[in-house]
Amino acid sequence: MPQTQKQSHYPDPGIKQDVVSRTLSVLVDNEPGVLARVIGLFSGRGYNIDSLTVTETEHEKHVSRITIMTRGTPAVIEQIKHQLERMVPVHRVADLTLLGETLECELALIKVAGKGEKRIESLRLAEIYGAKVIDASTEHFVFQVTGGSPEIERFIKIMTELGLVEVSRTGIAAMARGAKGL
Amino acid sequence: MARTMTGAEMVIKAMADQGVEFVFGYPGGAVLPIYDELAQQEKVKHVLVRQEGGAVHAAEGYARSTGKVGVVLVTSGPGATNAVTGLTDALMDSIPIVCFTGQVPTHLIGSDAFQECDTVGITRSCTKHNYLVKSVDDLARVLHEAFYVARTGRPGPVVVDIPKDVQFASGPYVGPSNIKHKTYTPRVKPEMAHVREAVELLAHAKRPIFYTGGGVINSGPKASQLLREFVRLTGFPITSTLMGLGAYPASDKQWLGMLGMHGTYEANMAMHDCDVMLCVGARFDDRITGRLDAFSPGSKRIHIDIDPSSVNKNTRADVGIIGDCGYVLEEMLKVWRETVPQVDRNAHKGWWKQIEAWRGRRSLAYKNSPDYIMPQYAIERLYEKTKDRDVYITTEVGQHQMWAAQFFKFEEPNRWMTSGGLGTMGYGLPAAVGTQIAHPKSLVIDIAGDASILMNIQEMSTAVQYRLPVKVFILNNQYMGMVRQWQQLLHGNRYSESYTEALPDFVKLADAYGGKGLRCEKPGDLDATIDEMIAYNGPVIVDCRVSALANCFPMIPSGKAHNEMIMGEDVSDETVATAIDKAGKSLV
Repeated sequence: MPQTQKQSHYPDPGIKQDVVSRTLSVLVDNEPGVLARVIGLFSGRGYNIDSLTVTETEHEKHVSRITIMTRGTPAVIEQIKHQLERMVPVHRVADLTLLGETLECELALIKVAGKGEKRIESLRLAEIYGAKVIDASTEHFVFQVTGGSPEIERFIKIMTELGLVEVSRTGIAAMARGAKGL
Repeated sequence: MARTMTGAEMVIKAMADQGVEFVFGYPGGAVLPIYDELAQQEKVKHVLVRQEGGAVHAAEGYARSTGKVGVVLVTSGPGATNAVTGLTDALMDSIPIVCFTGQVPTHLIGSDAFQECDTVGITRSCTKHNYLVKSVDDLARVLHEAFYVARTGRPGPVVVDIPKDVQFASGPYVGPSNIKHKTYTPRVKPEMAHVREAVELLAHAKRPIFYTGGGVINSGPKASQLLREFVRLTGFPITSTLMGLGAYPASDKQWLGMLGMHGTYEANMAMHDCDVMLCVGARFDDRITGRLDAFSPGSKRIHIDIDPSSVNKNTRADVGIIGDCGYVLEEMLKVWRETVPQVDRNAHKGWWKQIEAWRGRRSLAYKNSPDYIMPQYAIERLYEKTKDRDVYITTEVGQHQMWAAQFFKFEEPNRWMTSGGLGTMGYGLPAAVGTQIAHPKSLVIDIAGDASILMNIQEMSTAVQYRLPVKVFILNNQYMGMVRQWQQLLHGNRYSESYTEALPDFVKLADAYGGKGLRCEKPGDLDATIDEMIAYNGPVIVDCRVSALANCFPMIPSGKAHNEMIMGEDVSDETVATAIDKAGKSLV
């Protein structure tokens, strides 16, 4: 009901803004609770997380890099960045999507079980997708595949028909192209 | 060089080195080592509250009335969880607080030990930052960082959770000057290009307005001075949020009164019709803007804020200036004086004429009575009787708070302590205790409601123990007045649970605590009661029996715009019952 929307105190839902997807790199001090802080910000303020990857990347400085894929209107994305920036252990927030073309990559482990023709087919397709077999028996394979998320999605979809048992994915690691670092 | 001492000693030493004179707290098992050290020194004085929630509000009152960091010391488990409301309150109103919490020994963390709780987990979202210190080697650094984080940038509460074994352990102590923060360096000086752009906009404004907030108070007395200079230099009208009262003198003719839900007609209409708005240290809260899509539709907005996340959060800003209000105002003044802008005097004259016409509506007018005390009248008398004194006002939350904001005229910053963002009932009495601790010779009055006061009434005992002559002035209508007012507006006059059937006898209650109780039932006795209250050298509770069904107007009902206010004069049962439509009813 448009009438209802007009009455809101809160940011006007009547103004339509497109939802965009963004990849953020957040450099943080690797102190206890820092991930909980970042995630808590997203859940507490109702933001989305599509993918989240975190590990310490500079050991001597105890700096971790959190890669977050998020979705929202441009206004929400701006809020997310500012809210992250004002957190005490945050060094820097970079919106990779704005830095030009981004390299985005993830790794997935995919377990497929079956016998006969399906088993051979899964192995053949794994080769095409550049997946490595890292565990196998007469009844199963575990493939390790890396690449962009859409590619991994496609591979998983194909494996569903060939006896997919389970999937484990790392989430996206991302970086801007070119010689410069963050 | 670093001196070796125990963790407990470090806490006290760090407080002393940070210039802390008072700490508000309550002892318990997990902070006993710190309390033991506290008792063996004289630099830091402890104020024993009666509940940890009171400790945080007292520290808030102390901080807000002095500009210093308020310090709290509580034990683990319930000590920490009781502090949560106060911490959230301080976060919402940007009050610098450092709260030390005891914790069970590190080897017991996670074992559901007695009085254990996940303090850093619980307080993560209600503090600016928090720390769990697992090694005494980190303690000194964390203690000083906590003070730095609490008072720098946009101020806020910081929790330092210290396990008991860390309090006993010995380690190196370093002083505050050796601590530098790795990541947290908020911007305080503005981008000059933005300042010039803002001055340019203001210079060409035909219907300008200043809209200021708590950020001006937080920036320090100099920011208020600069604001006054700038407002007088430009001749523009000024309004302020609840949190910003006192930054600009209420007696000045350029002052339009508070804006927002219970703001004056002239302030809200001027906000609605202005063409350039200069927002200084306020955050376009929903209580200020009303219906957002109808908020000040024709204006260009300049927003000065130290917190980049405040700019463009609720409304779009045409010019966003990130920095401390004090610095920004200084630069703006400089640029204004250098450029000597040719302002449109004719347009401004017309603007003021319009504002005077709105002022002529006398939106705060109420019908006085010779038989019973109107709450507005009570505040007016309280103001008249105390205005020439060195007075600090705190409030609880509700109708009385809004009446105090409307009718008590503040001339100076740091004189007004109220819970704005969180709206915490029970804030006023402990805040008055903290304020009185900071200003022992001043007159500190908690303007209270009969419902709110009971939420932290135990702090009367604190006031008596420390001989703090705080005055609690209760506007007693036996209702949770604001709840009832909303039930009238939204729920067909059905007063669900908003009437208190069994209030205590406040006069006897004051006596029982060791203070003085006074009761006032007739308008004619009001002045004498206030005189008696002021004259008594000790804590006083005044039970001021006011008109039970008085409501707080003017009001922008939920979901309405600034130019759709309900005025006190045209209130009938009909207007009240139909003021908010179906959609507005779902709003808070």
